[in-house]
Amino acid sequence: MTTSVSIKDLSLNFGNVKVLESLDLEVAQGEFIVLLGPSGCGKSTLLNCIAGLLDVSDGQIFISGKNVTWDEPKDRGIGMVFQSYALYPQMTVEKNLSFGLRVARMPKEEVEARVKRAAEILQIEPLLQRKPVELSGGQRQRVAIGRALVRDVDVFLFDEPLSNLDAKLRNDLRIEIKRLHQRLKNTMIYVTHDQIEAMTLADRIAIMKNGVIQQLADPHTIYNKPTNLFVAGFIGSPSMNFLKGDLNGGTINVSGTPIPLTNYAFEQQLNGAAVLGVRPEHVAIGDEARKMPFQVESEIEIVEPMGADTVAWTKLGGQQLTFRAAAEVHLEPGQKVLIGFDPARGSVFNAETGNRI
Amino acid sequence: MTTEAISSRLPTGAIDTSGPRGPRPKSVTIGRIGVYAFLILSALFFLLPLWVMVVTSLKTMPEIREGHLFNWPALLTFDPWLKAWDTACTGRDCNGLKPGFWNSVKITALSVPVSIVIAMINGYALSFWRYKGSELLFGILIFGAFVPYQVVIYPLIIGMRELGLFATLPGIVIVHTIFGMPILTLLYRNFFASLPIELFKAGRVDGAGFWGIFFRIMLPMSVPITIVAVILQTTGIWNDFLFGTVFAGRENMPMTVQLNNIVTTTTGIREYNVNMAATILTAAVPLVVYFISGKWFVRGIAAGAVKG
Ligand SMILES: Nc1ncnc2c1ncn2[C@@H]1O[C@H](COP(=O)(O)OP(=O)(O)OP(=O)(O)O)[C@@H](O)[C@H]1O
Ligand SMILES: [Mg+2]
Repeated sequence: MTTSVSIKDLSLNFGNVKVLESLDLEVAQGEFIVLLGPSGCGKSTLLNCIAGLLDVSDGQIFISGKNVTWDEPKDRGIGMVFQSYALYPQMTVEKNLSFGLRVARMPKEEVEARVKRAAEILQIEPLLQRKPVELSGGQRQRVAIGRALVRDVDVFLFDEPLSNLDAKLRNDLRIEIKRLHQRLKNTMIYVTHDQIEAMTLADRIAIMKNGVIQQLADPHTIYNKPTNLFVAGFIGSPSMNFLKGDLNGGTINVSGTPIPLTNYAFEQQLNGAAVLGVRPEHVAIGDEARKMPFQVESEIEIVEPMGADTVAWTKLGGQQLTFRAAAEVHLEPGQKVLIGFDPARGSVFNAETGNRI
Repeated sequence: MTTEAISSRLPTGAIDTSGPRGPRPKSVTIGRIGVYAFLILSALFFLLPLWVMVVTSLKTMPEIREGHLFNWPALLTFDPWLKAWDTACTGRDCNGLKPGFWNSVKITALSVPVSIVIAMINGYALSFWRYKGSELLFGILIFGAFVPYQVVIYPLIIGMRELGLFATLPGIVIVHTIFGMPILTLLYRNFFASLPIELFKAGRVDGAGFWGIFFRIMLPMSVPITIVAVILQTTGIWNDFLFGTVFAGRENMPMTVQLNNIVTTTTGIREYNVNMAATILTAAVPLVVYFISGKWFVRGIAAGAVKG
């Protein structure tokens, strides 16, 4: 597979503030990469560096094999979609779409053909003569995507394109972006802090924290084998249970409750303070629990019915444990239930470094 | 169970429906009377001098000497207006306000566009093309707004003289442009700063440069703020007296200066009616500008002129 975007040793400072530090990232041709992370971790900054809207402090950026570190945004073969749409308010949709092409002095017929094609793909043909104020949020975002589409670029950059939309529209457009990607097969780099968007859209997710990529992997690996406590806690809702304990000879002792980690694929040997991470959806109760390698009797404290399922709060060895149960299961506070899970499906972290072991 | 189901089972007669319904009737309160009384009194306070000016300018000198200040003229005459415009004397010249009017038109028509175009570009560059020291430059510019004119006038005279621009039309235009710069730049910078930065980024990704973004994206958006700027500058420059006296020279003396000369020239009797007519003529331009543009002005201000 060929490389589409390649970032080597990239650093960016705003004055004394180091936002990105020696960051490396390789994106394959046609890949959908999602940059995910909490607010202020440098996602937009990274995207702006790739787009050429920010001058990098150090490092190099290659797009389609060409070193574009010093190139203007228009010469990089990128299109960008912004969170606030950034449509030119005085121009009609058609003029908005064709602006970049007209700036590049493309022949009129070619401009028309491209605008027509983009409008067709995004189903905004009836809106071409309207001004942005006369459009709904979803329509505006389509136009914004169309503006990148007409330029026929290799790489699409999205900066939280859906976060100004309501939940329903966000779902619809998410599917459309996915469809667009399957149809066009462009490289897409997509910034979000919505983990559902990340999980559903991405070929690979880059989880960022303080300007550093914590883990870069496919959604399945990110979810099941988080590389450290930050990634483990960031992905998943409700978030992963962290049981602190002492790891000794393949058994972790969680405040007096020994949990044998049979079949867990250790990546390194460690004895000492450790954290066992268990996803709420991997905890079973009742008859299901009886089949699990580890079982324990516990008392329900809080019950949160979510509709599709129920989240219950309990304690294991004095530490908070939440689990997800089917909606039909009747649970109430004070009830004693048998819960169980397979420690091999969990994640064990070094308590000191926070890294997976 | 749905809510319709509940309400449909309630007996309809249980609620007394004869009470208040629809918009509440407007009542005249003491407070409202007070507000109107205050507004009417203030309007009178400002309109009374204008009334006196208008009626005086339409009276003959003998009637003015009778001293009935507020009365409508017994003998209506437009001669004072004609004289003020055409033949009133300033020193030796007896051409009325006419030359001054055309000088003011020339000065205003040149200074307003020049100063606004420069301020617009300044504001645009300062808010979108941040460069090293741009904040400092802006700070200095704003500081300029607080420097008393009197401090800079003398050095400016020397400078203009050295450039050979003292007492010329380009000279006075440059002076107006310089002194309008701080406030106009502030106005435009704040307007552009209120626009989303992503609009500018989108323009760059689309391949437009400094001027491309300025002319094709920013300029069409800055119509409301430009109306505000035009009004501010037109009235400001038209009403200017100080710079006109100092920098314009005899040839380009603006209307305000000429008005002053007419009013202060005393050859024999003081012609109050001519003075009044001349004053109204001079004030007419800003007045008309305000009347025509009041609505736009408010709209422009509301469009973010005073934001930030
Ligand atoms: N122009 C700037 N000057 C100084 N610091 C900045 C500037 N722009 C961003 N930063 C800082 O850089 C860091 C990263 O910002 P960035 O916008 O990339 O975050 P983000 O991950 O996109 O967050 P969000 O999810 O809120 O959009 C933040 O701490 C921010 O305060
Ligand atoms: Mg951001």
